[in-house]
Amino acid sequence: MNEPLLAVRDLTVELFLHGGWRPAVHGVGFDLREGETLAVVGETGCGKTLLGLALLQLVPEGARVAGSVVSRGRDLLGLTESQWREVRGGEIAMVFQEPAAALDPVQTIGSQIVEGVRRHRAVSPREAREIARGLLAEVSFPAPERGLEEYPHRLSGGLKQRAFLAIALAGNPAILIADEPTTALDATVSADVLELVDRLRRDRGLAVILITHDLAAVARHSDRTLVLYAGRVVEEAATADLFRSPRHPYTRALLECLPRIGAGPARLRPIPGLVPDLAFRPSGVCAFAPRCPDRFSPCEVSEPPLFPAGAGVARCFLYERGAAGPETRRTT
Amino acid sequence: MSETDELLRAEEITKTYPIRRGVFGTSAKRLKAVDAVTFGVRRGETLGLVGESGSGKTTSGRLVARLEEPDSGRILFDGEDWLALSGKALRRRRRDLQVIFQDPQTSLNPRMTAGDQVAEPLRVQRIVPRRGLRARVEELLAEVGLGAEAASRLPSEFSGGQRQRIAIARALATRPKFVICDEPVSSLDVSVAAQVLNLLLELREKKGLSYLFISHDLATVERISDRIAVMYLGRIVEEGPAREVTSHPLHPYTAALLSAVPDADPSSGRLRVILPGEPPSPAEPPSGCAFHPRCPIARPRCREETPPLFPFPAGRSAACFFPGELDPGRGEGPRL
Repeated sequence: MNEPLLAVRDLTVELFLHGGWRPAVHGVGFDLREGETLAVVGETGCGKTLLGLALLQLVPEGARVAGSVVSRGRDLLGLTESQWREVRGGEIAMVFQEPAAALDPVQTIGSQIVEGVRRHRAVSPREAREIARGLLAEVSFPAPERGLEEYPHRLSGGLKQRAFLAIALAGNPAILIADEPTTALDATVSADVLELVDRLRRDRGLAVILITHDLAAVARHSDRTLVLYAGRVVEEAATADLFRSPRHPYTRALLECLPRIGAGPARLRPIPGLVPDLAFRPSGVCAFAPRCPDRFSPCEVSEPPLFPAGAGVARCFLYERGAAGPETRRTT
Repeated sequence: MSETDELLRAEEITKTYPIRRGVFGTSAKRLKAVDAVTFGVRRGETLGLVGESGSGKTTSGRLVARLEEPDSGRILFDGEDWLALSGKALRRRRRDLQVIFQDPQTSLNPRMTAGDQVAEPLRVQRIVPRRGLRARVEELLAEVGLGAEAASRLPSEFSGGQRQRIAIARALATRPKFVICDEPVSSLDVSVAAQVLNLLLELREKKGLSYLFISHDLATVERISDRIAVMYLGRIVEEGPAREVTSHPLHPYTAALLSAVPDADPSSGRLRVILPGEPPSPAEPPSGCAFHPRCPIARPRCREETPPLFPFPAGRSAACFFPGELDPGRGEGPRL
């Protein structure tokens, strides 16, 4: 198989909290290939947003980052700030949940795209404007010529997100990190924007990292899924496989507490308890064990590594070689 | 269905707001946030009001709660003309109708302990004698799954889900018959949202409550509601028994909302309905059927005529000239 566009290994982001270094992102690894969408899912506090930011070296002041993020044969974590300016937008671009906060309110959409284009490509102002118009058309912005002259506050939420995507594409990146790109949007608008991201991925061969808490978006718009819990990857699998047969007890529980249409009047099955706070996370044991219906003796003694589970991997002793597996365990 | 077993009935309620234009804001134009909306909630029943931003669902809830006054229409609550009540009589009757808001972060007072917040309605309404106050507060906290020690803590010391539990305890303090839940779980993570939804279901059974459950999320609404009303641009476009509406939607907008909900199996091949564009501004509603510019099955007629809510069998209704044509559950109809 061809080289991955991005090879992340053992990526850890530690924050100094309550007198100690706490890993908010803990030993995360994955490969990202051209034209694929990798979903990163998890609940508040699982580290998904920080993971996305760390891939662009945009971490809070004082945070400690370790591991490696290899792209095009070099480790991005070793780049200088001026090299990073090339990479951000030029190789890896990012869109966020709140386009309103990310767009400059006093600049037209056009000049913001032009700025991005000229930062990464040696073109004349006129050419840059032509490229900008093309980008707005590419993201299906109605009347792109007029759109160039619009200010962000005059746009609806869905159009702001389209404009934001056009700006993100200005540097012709190979990788797009989309952090909760549709959380602030209505359901029908959000479906439309996610379809657009899919189309951009197909047309441009973009690799997309879709960071979200929205399992519906994951199910529909990704090839592979990483499930994060308390800073750790607890499961990685092909998305269709993950939804059909989730392996990790956390993934299973998460899918079970999702309201689904036509599931009948039965009660939802919530996960008892709460995600452990970063400052009080147990270390050296399975972080999910206190809330886990399947926990057994090894879970409170050591932390499981990622074991092969189905066609993917799961950080759970149920999949330790020779273990009986969850179904047989439950019946005993 | 007889109207007498309805605890709440809203008839043709309408609310408009002036649109300010120019320096002096003297434009006579008005925006119709809620346009002649009619619905009823029977005793012990939950009506889910679902729609996106600008649909008028939250305004409808605020009108029923009398946080705002409708321009016209009638609201009957527990057999009484709810809009005719004022002053002391209204204050007294308010104990029967309470509201839970989306964001307990802003609906709770950050400087008041959880116990004081729950006790406040009891004090104001003078429902419980002073001596019994503390015991009643602890009882209410226990009902929402919080320990007595929670009473002395401030909202900031709780998680989002726990704060919503405090807001629920506060709403239940006056022993209401009817509770308006406005996006009560929308700001919570799925696992916590499921806990709070189950709590609301449990309390409804235990106390025989009726809910008006307002949400943008059709799957959540289906889970908790007996009936569902779907709103678009200030109007109800479809109404009926929850399971009927979600298994075979009559209105194409309902079908689109349904299509945005997670599938148990993403490879099920269920028809996907992707709508172009965004909901138009209620300040400039389109002609004819307000949904026609985004509707995948719109015909010329839809541009010119506004469909009324047509009645259908099994207590259903839909405001569409071509009902049931777009049904993602059936996997047929036009491919989009």
